Amino acid sequence: MPPVVLTGEHYMTGDEAIAEGAIAAGCRFFGGYPITPATEVAERMAHRLPGVGGVFIQMEDEIAAMASIIGASCAGVKAMTSTSGPGFSLMMENLGLAAITETPCVVVNVQRAGPSTGLPTQGAQGDMMQARWGSHGDYSLIALAPSTAQEAFHETIRAFNLAEKYRVPVLVMTDEVVGHMSERVVIPEASKLNVIERVKARGRKDRYRPFEPGENGVPPMAAAGEGYCVHVTGLTHDERGYPVMTAECQESMQTRLFAKIERNLDDIALTRGFFLDDAEIVLVSYGVSVRTCRAAMEEARALGYKVGLLQLLTVWPFPEEAVRALAGRVKAFITVEINLGQISLEVERLAAGLAPCFLAGHCGGTLISPDAVVEAVKRALKPGGKQ
Amino acid sequence: MAQTAKKQDQTTGGFEHHPLDDLLRTDRIPHIWCPGCGIGPTFSATLRGILASGVDLGSTVMVSGIGCSGRAAGYVKLDSYHTTHGRAIPFATGMKLANPKLNVVVFSGDGDLFAIGGNHFIHAARRNMDLTVICVNNLNYGMTGGQAAATTPHMAKTTTTPKGNPERPFNLPLLAFAAGATFVARWTVLHGRDLMESVQAAMTRRGFSFIEVLAPCPINYGRRNKELPLVTLRNYQVNTIIKNEASPAELAASGSGPIVLGRFVDENRESFLSQYDKTYRPQLAPAGKE
Repeated sequence: MPPVVLTGEHYMTGDEAIAEGAIAAGCRFFGGYPITPATEVAERMAHRLPGVGGVFIQMEDEIAAMASIIGASCAGVKAMTSTSGPGFSLMMENLGLAAITETPCVVVNVQRAGPSTGLPTQGAQGDMMQARWGSHGDYSLIALAPSTAQEAFHETIRAFNLAEKYRVPVLVMTDEVVGHMSERVVIPEASKLNVIERVKARGRKDRYRPFEPGENGVPPMAAAGEGYCVHVTGLTHDERGYPVMTAECQESMQTRLFAKIERNLDDIALTRGFFLDDAEIVLVSYGVSVRTCRAAMEEARALGYKVGLLQLLTVWPFPEEAVRALAGRVKAFITVEINLGQISLEVERLAAGLAPCFLAGHCGGTLISPDAVVEAVKRALKPGGKQ
Repeated sequence: MAQTAKKQDQTTGGFEHHPLDDLLRTDRIPHIWCPGCGIGPTFSATLRGILASGVDLGSTVMVSGIGCSGRAAGYVKLDSYHTTHGRAIPFATGMKLANPKLNVVVFSGDGDLFAIGGNHFIHAARRNMDLTVICVNNLNYGMTGGQAAATTPHMAKTTTTPKGNPERPFNLPLLAFAAGATFVARWTVLHGRDLMESVQAAMTRRGFSFIEVLAPCPINYGRRNKELPLVTLRNYQVNTIIKNEASPAELAASGSGPIVLGRFVDENRESFLSQYDKTYRPQLAPAGKE
């Protein structure tokens, strides 16, 4: 039987690396549904999970898949599903259930071009705003965006860690290219991986209040069957978990749901900078487009343009400080993403007029070419360059 | 002494302790159900069945969807989960598979389980998933004010079928049986003891158990169909026959003949978990037979 953590050097796809990251992070339940280009995550989990004592089940649709992982997590087991655009849309209602019930879980979206059935086998990054706002109502969550198979492995572990630590659904927003591309992945020894477990309920069972905030504003969690006799509902609820249909309760509950994320941005909002120290033009990107940017940056620097790159490993909550800190001293931001402008709107918001903002994007189906980004750099530096 | 008794009268209606108090979140009473509603008796028979089965209450979970019946999870003093509309079964599926030691009961209404949740029901039955599903069938959507459901009889009036329902309803036991449920029963709220015994039996067996409970909704369904509350109950008494092991094909709940009640299916077939463990996790499967 293969070990839990496949320590060593591998040649695997991003989808497979996500599955291995999940297993290394302690995921032991996967409820899935086939969809291109995310199917390989489910296939790998079907193959791997039973050997490590976990369960894989192929559900009847993505609605059921999402519901099943919330149920599994409420039973105390780390749980994940994976999908792409159409399935992601079907998961939205229960994503809200995970948010309001503060149930840790991980949802992988291997993005393809949409809307609707779109281009099932071709990549895009068009679900980024849906990731943030896709379920109805106001809530906060976390979304990460790996750009390589290696990052897919590590970021999936980080996704589980954040989900457990903050009791929140965490999205891994990758894309068809990263998902299907095979490349080198180095998996460290199990002891070198940082794996976080949720804070469990402790103390007197009759005094436990399931939604009373503990450290960081996150309530310790009791699983079904642990004797705490919890009630968990998608209705607005008080600290006992009981429904309370008042504006006051809505405010106190929702304020905390936001605060536990927004107050911990330092821990959650991870970015990487490349050549930012002397950069006059900063490319802002995430997921597969980061690879475009790294090539474009080299090309542009060879031409004498001072270009840097801000890679968003965390996309939601948006790493506001990272953009804000640069806004006063750069000549322009260029957001590079495979859509017609989603995260670019956030960059614009945080640049707050201090630096002009450009978009290098297109409708999906192919990657953005480094040349297109270099052209955008030239445009941005031209006096009166059009945004 | 007299003073103490009087105090009790005010707070508990004269009863010191109801036999089901230990299974109720008494701090959430009064409940939201209307006078004459059939959910209360179904809920109470369910709780008595759970108690009688002798299962460990600490590992027993109730999962509900949305609607009047969905509120049951909020009143039961067990680990209880009030989920999204139609999705109690897949939620419960994840819970059971993540911790097979749990006894998972899904308690919800006909609209929740058979319209929006119909797909999940048939697939859980097909898999013989280790769940007990109890459906309060009041023939309409009560919570939203009485709209047509997938169980509303042909030509019955609801707010969305003002001239009568042009559709025909599901025969729930037939649907459950055809999809693969290994335990299927139907009772009315008037058959509390039979219902309790079916719940008791369902709790101690593996695989997918389904119990339909015909329940009155005088406020929303009865009123629009000129059916007084006592007439509904009278129908349950005189217009029903008990026929255990009846063929599910003969079980349409509306039509000319009497409504057939009973325990129709009780079949021993390997459940999902036992089949999964045997096939994929031999290291976890218990030796010997199920």
